[in-house]
Amino acid sequence: MELLFYVAAAIALLSTALVVTSPNPVHALLYLVLSLLAVATTFFTLGAPFAGVLQVIVYAGAILVLFVFVVMMLNLGRRTTEQERIWLSPVAAAGPAILATVLLFMLGRVIMPDTTLTAAGLKTITAKDVGIILYGPYLLAVELASMLLLAGLVAAYHLGKSEQ
Amino acid sequence: MSAFVDWLSSPVVLAAIWAMVKAVIILLGLVLSAAWMIWLERRLLALWQDRYGPNRIGPFGLGQVIADMIKIFFKEDWTPPFVDKATFILAPLIAMSMMMLGFLFVPITPTWGVSSADLGMLFFFAIGGLAVYAVMLGGWASNSKYSLLGGLRSTAQTISYEVFMGLSLMGVVMQAGTFNLREIVEYQQQNVWFIVPQFIGFCVWSLAAVAVTHRTPFDLPEAESELAAGYHTEYSGMKFGMFFVGEYVGIVMVSGLTVALFFGGWEGPFWTEKIPFVWFAIKCLFFMSSFILLRAALPRPRYDHMMSAAWKVCLPLSLINLLVTGAIVLWNHGA
Repeated sequence: MELLFYVAAAIALLSTALVVTSPNPVHALLYLVLSLLAVATTFFTLGAPFAGVLQVIVYAGAILVLFVFVVMMLNLGRRTTEQERIWLSPVAAAGPAILATVLLFMLGRVIMPDTTLTAAGLKTITAKDVGIILYGPYLLAVELASMLLLAGLVAAYHLGKSEQ
Repeated sequence: MSAFVDWLSSPVVLAAIWAMVKAVIILLGLVLSAAWMIWLERRLLALWQDRYGPNRIGPFGLGQVIADMIKIFFKEDWTPPFVDKATFILAPLIAMSMMMLGFLFVPITPTWGVSSADLGMLFFFAIGGLAVYAVMLGGWASNSKYSLLGGLRSTAQTISYEVFMGLSLMGVVMQAGTFNLREIVEYQQQNVWFIVPQFIGFCVWSLAAVAVTHRTPFDLPEAESELAAGYHTEYSGMKFGMFFVGEYVGIVMVSGLTVALFFGGWEGPFWTEKIPFVWFAIKCLFFMSSFILLRAALPRPRYDHMMSAAWKVCLPLSLINLLVTGAIVLWNHGA
């Protein structure tokens, strides 16, 4: 399981980097799908299969499909690819890269073995556990989220309604 | 060397090897029955339309599949110069492999079946969600109007129908209390087949299943009278073949799932212990043939009709089914 974790994590890191650097928007989105799948695999290795499957169903299978759908409709051709290539010049990328490296260093400091951390993956979280937690201590959050979704639904209906 | 032989003959390793062999046999059986289904479809359509169909090669024309496969393997696999090459190649691979992966969780007999993961049904939804990418990428990468329109239609259709495909099965999950398909089958054998208490769920599920496999009457993504061949217009040779066979693999997979979810899996009226596979195969064959009968009997609806049927009829129906099932389950548990 440990080996699987490291392989999946490496794939996630690599494909996320490719999301940023890929000049073609559809290819970038496909790398994002790959990255999400790899993260789902790390969830499995950490003993949270339910979260992993939901990650695939919700993110890779639904939300990213809508992303790709929209980008497909925009009909971004060769010109966009060229533009992206120019925009991602080494000079422009240098600043964010330096800042991100500082953050990476901090992250490395946090996950050093000598710092005290709660270990993940000590027990397997099943669908039932998630349900009990959601409808127990977090009931109010679930209700609020459903209100928010309802509001979004009403707004989408209003925007999509054809003028009489 | 002897240490290696010892390791190889230890019971754990032997069990693992046997499981792998079984998985390969199931995979071969799946692909062969999918290929053979092409022949079945042509013969049955011909029968219902008062013709003969392919009956020249081998007994009953059974060799037709082999001839077709040889032909499609040796056709020129042409990649048009205007396509996005990487995604163009990726799309048929996704189409076929996702449909094959879906069969992973179908329990065939008490001892046969590739995986009995605890979250099996959720895995199936995940795989169904990823299968959308095949048509979508195929349509986009082809860089042609027909393909793109087919891909767009298909994406909208599949996403809409996936919503209540999941919801329609939640009644089954509630009653059985598990996502594990093998346990769902065992629950039905102890109680009653889910076709009886979950009849509404079954109706919605069968509509969604037809839509997800892109079969008539829901084959608008490849409606030949409007869109040439839809998302696979630009495909040729074995890449087209993978889309084509992938569709039939999908039919076999969905039939297997229907049997497992609603019709008690391998249980039969008699000799369930002796010939479980025969019962499973008979039920599967029945649903595979109903897919063909649907194609023979029904015309294609208009696209907007299909979408409004999805959102205005099927979604409310499956939600009501979910509510009523939940209420009954809670009532019986005395909560």
